[in-house]
Amino acid sequence: MAAQTNSWATRGGPGIGTLLFWLAAALLPVIGLIHPNTSFDYYMFLGQAMLINAIAILGLNLLIGFNGQISLGHSAFFALGAYASAILMNFAGWPYWTTIPIAAVVCFGAGFLFGFPALKLEGHYLALATFTLAIAVPQLLKYKLIAPWTGGVGGLILDKPDPPESLPLSADQYLYYFCLIVAMLCFWLVRNLLRGRNGRAMMAIRDHGLAAAAMGIDTARYKTLTFGISAGITGIAGALSAITVAFVAPDSFTLQLSVSFLVGLVVGGIASLPGCLIGGVFVVLIQNSSQSISDWMKVTFSLRYDVPAWAIYGVLLILLMYFMPRGIMGGIEEIWGRMTGKKEERT
Amino acid sequence: MEFFIQQVVAGLTSGAIYACVALGLVMIYVSTDHINFAQGEMAMFATYLAWAMIDAGLPYWVAFALTILIAFAGGLFIQRVILKPFETAPVLSLVVCFIALLSFFNALAGMIWSYTIKQFPTPFPAKDLFGGGLVSIQQMGVVAVTLMMLGILTIFFRYTTLGLAMRAAAQNPASARLMGVRVSWMLALGWGLAAAIGAVAGMLVAPIVFLDPNMMTGILVYGFAGALVGGIGNPMGAVAGGFIVGVLENLVGSYLIGNELKLTFALMIVIGVLLLKPAGLFGRVIVKRV
Repeated sequence: MAAQTNSWATRGGPGIGTLLFWLAAALLPVIGLIHPNTSFDYYMFLGQAMLINAIAILGLNLLIGFNGQISLGHSAFFALGAYASAILMNFAGWPYWTTIPIAAVVCFGAGFLFGFPALKLEGHYLALATFTLAIAVPQLLKYKLIAPWTGGVGGLILDKPDPPESLPLSADQYLYYFCLIVAMLCFWLVRNLLRGRNGRAMMAIRDHGLAAAAMGIDTARYKTLTFGISAGITGIAGALSAITVAFVAPDSFTLQLSVSFLVGLVVGGIASLPGCLIGGVFVVLIQNSSQSISDWMKVTFSLRYDVPAWAIYGVLLILLMYFMPRGIMGGIEEIWGRMTGKKEERT
Repeated sequence: MEFFIQQVVAGLTSGAIYACVALGLVMIYVSTDHINFAQGEMAMFATYLAWAMIDAGLPYWVAFALTILIAFAGGLFIQRVILKPFETAPVLSLVVCFIALLSFFNALAGMIWSYTIKQFPTPFPAKDLFGGGLVSIQQMGVVAVTLMMLGILTIFFRYTTLGLAMRAAAQNPASARLMGVRVSWMLALGWGLAAAIGAVAGMLVAPIVFLDPNMMTGILVYGFAGALVGGIGNPMGAVAGGFIVGVLENLVGSYLIGNELKLTFALMIVIGVLLLKPAGLFGRVIVKRV
């Protein structure tokens, strides 16, 4: 990875763009209140999915972008968070919002433990170990000894939480706000983490592990902790997805889920926090409109076949790696730097 | 006892297939130091090509040979066109590229041939070798093809100039270049060979697990495990590792944990080997100078 400390992460105070973005995101459901529309709830549901994906990508970005450890196994932590939340709601009868911190803690623990073997692995080997994890998890979730809790192949069907009666919101609008608040908390947390000495230590390890160790940074501790925090954040996203979709099943947590996080990460921008949001929006848009994209391509290029989203992902990933290795956010920063005449900060 | 022998034989059969996949991984690893995540999907795609040719009326062995040639050319093409610009890129870019290839081939196969399961013909008669239901000709055939491939590769690497050049390019690119070896093309050759070996693995496994776009996912994980057990830089070791993992998988599956946790077992092997003996059973320990 190019040795670059993202200027965004180290600048003081929230930027005006950041504030405007969150404000706009918070005002979106109001459109539905002014112009009641039957399909609006569906758009709100997409909004939830975008926020959830953004949180998951944030977790992955913390690990890959800011600490330089590659993981293809984040679908496993997403699944763990989702199942932790689902089991607590279904069997222990906990209110939905209390399951989120528990999911975060469980996933932090799991990620921290997985971080220990990961310490000894680098680059391709870590990718290999986490790749195997992603493939093993759906089968593990179907295992018959834990099936009484996980629901086996069929998964668990949950109740969608109702909004409080004092609020004039539909269930999906309410859940959108719920996801938005959790997302803001996560981004705020990660941003503060990165701006402090811990964040600098993480980035130092990414840029040059040996030099970081020579400077007195406990690389083993930081690497395992980063793995844990990253898994914890992705676990929060998993818990949110269990709550909003009201259904968990083993086959929704395959390697493809990990790949879609990776796509979001690369599209948005490696080591960029706003990039995570762009990535989250992008992944949901592509998945949701893959049918229309496919139809469009069939007509335009007179193809005989449907074009699945995964073919688009594959081509896109390679093209991005060629032309925009730092993703959309990297591109925006470059253009902004040229317009304002400022040279990019590079360390 | 008979059940035990049956399980061992079945394990050797699947081990032969893991060995093929592992061999393909090792080909790419020794020539470029990369772990190719798309190895399984490339093999799957080649198998579909073979299926399409047989479906169009070609005899099995003609389709078999043609598929190997096409796979070889395809591997060469992928390295030359897609991966060439990333030769000096950081690991993350490469992993992303491999994952992109994986998604792309998977989707492409599903797109062209649909996700319905297809039957793939086998050239071996469905008869027992000695009678008594212990060893079938099909199983022996799979093992024989694998060993034959290993033999051909060994001869190629040990006794031909091209094989020597490839080994030189992998071990010491700078000196090899000075000696007039075209290092970059040797890497491409490694990819071509890997793709061809993968195609053989795919065609061997397809009659057993049936043909569908996701058929290689689990097998690839076992191929990884086999390559790691044997030492990922050593072709002989990878083949031995593949057989070991195949037999272990079957015995552990039938006596200890059941079939439902087989992939978790592979995960255990991968993590265990990487932690305890990263060089594998037959690999050399590589010391890096900082």
